[in-house]
Amino acid sequence: MCEVIVITSGKGGVGKTTTSANIGTGLAQLRKKVVLVDTDIGLRNLDVVMGLENRIVYNLVDVVEGTCRYRQALIKDKNTPNLFLLPSAQTKDKSAVTPEQMKKLVEELKEEFDYVILDCPAGIEQGFQNAIAAADRALVVTTPEVSSIRDADRIIGLLESNSICKIDLIVNRIRMDMVKRGEMMSIDDVVEILAIDLIGAIPDDESIVISTNQGQPLVGDDSLAGKAYMNICKRVIGENVEFLDLTDSGFLKRLSRLFKKS
Amino acid sequence: MSLLDFFYKRKVSSDYAKDRLKLLLVSDRANCSPDVMEQIKNDIIEVISRYMEIDASGLDIQITQTESQEGNGSVPALFANIPIKDVRSKTIK
Repeated sequence: MCEVIVITSGKGGVGKTTTSANIGTGLAQLRKKVVLVDTDIGLRNLDVVMGLENRIVYNLVDVVEGTCRYRQALIKDKNTPNLFLLPSAQTKDKSAVTPEQMKKLVEELKEEFDYVILDCPAGIEQGFQNAIAAADRALVVTTPEVSSIRDADRIIGLLESNSICKIDLIVNRIRMDMVKRGEMMSIDDVVEILAIDLIGAIPDDESIVISTNQGQPLVGDDSLAGKAYMNICKRVIGENVEFLDLTDSGFLKRLSRLFKKS
Repeated sequence: MSLLDFFYKRKVSSDYAKDRLKLLLVSDRANCSPDVMEQIKNDIIEVISRYMEIDASGLDIQITQTESQEGNGSVPALFANIPIKDVRSKTIK
C-alpha cells in the first residue's frame, strides 16, 4: 500500500523543503521505498537540499509532457538506498503542469513506491493545487509566528475542502529558551490555535543549516533536530513514539558546545 | 521594572501573539470580507434607527472571541458598539 503525502505550509521559508528532504530520507532509512517529488516548478530547491543538483538530466515537466519516462527522470540518492528524487523544472512556470497530469503521474509512482512525498510550493495558487491534487494525507509545517500560523490555518481549510482529511502538524524552528521566557508561542499554543493533531516539533537547531550547506539531510543523526525528524518518520509509518524534550537546545547546550570547541 | 510589574504578571509577547492570532483567525475563518462587514453594519443601523436615533458614524462592529455560555472555551461573537444619540426620539408613535 502506497501513501501519498504532501508537505505544505502556505507561507514561504518555514522549512517545507528541508522537512520534505528529511522525512523522505528518514522513511527510506526505515527501509521504505520513497520518491521525493519537487512540485515547485520554476523555483526548484529540493535537489540542492538533497545534494543531488549535479545529477539532474530530466525533470517533472519533461515527464508530464512525455519527453521521457518517469524512470529516466528519477535520481537515485547518493547515500540512502530506496530513495529517489523527481526534480522540478527551473525554467518553466507553474502552469506547465495541471492537477490532472500530477494525479496521473502519482498513480504511476504509487505502483512502485511505498511513499510518495510531494514538496509543495508556497502560496495557494496552481502550484499548491497541483501538489495537493494527488495527496492522501498532508503534513502542515508552521513556525511559532503569527504570519506563518495564519497561513497554516488557511491551508488547513483548503486541504479540508479538497477532502484531504488526514492532516498533521509539524511545528518547526521552536526555541525552548524563548518559550520559557514567554517570548515565543509554545508548541501547545500552536496546536490549540490550529486544532489539528501534532506529529512532531523541530527545534531551531544550527545543525539544520550545516546539513543544508552540505546537501545532506540530518535525519537519524544524534542532533536534536535529527532525532526529532526521525521520530516524525516513525509516527508517519504508524509507530507510537514519545515526544522529545527539546529544552536542551537552549542556553545550556550552547554553553556546552562552547566548551567543546575550546 | 516598575513596582507594578513586580506584583502583576507582565504580559509577555507570546500572549500578544496568541490574542492577535485568535482574533485574526476568527475573521479569516468566518470569511467576512470588509464588504460583508460593511453590509452587516448598514443593516444594523437601519434596524436600530427604526426605534431610536443612533450615531451612525460612531458605530463599530467586529468579530471577537467570548467565553461560551456552556463554559467549554471561547466561541466567536459579533460585537457591536452602537452610540445612541436620543433614546426617546423615535418611540412608538
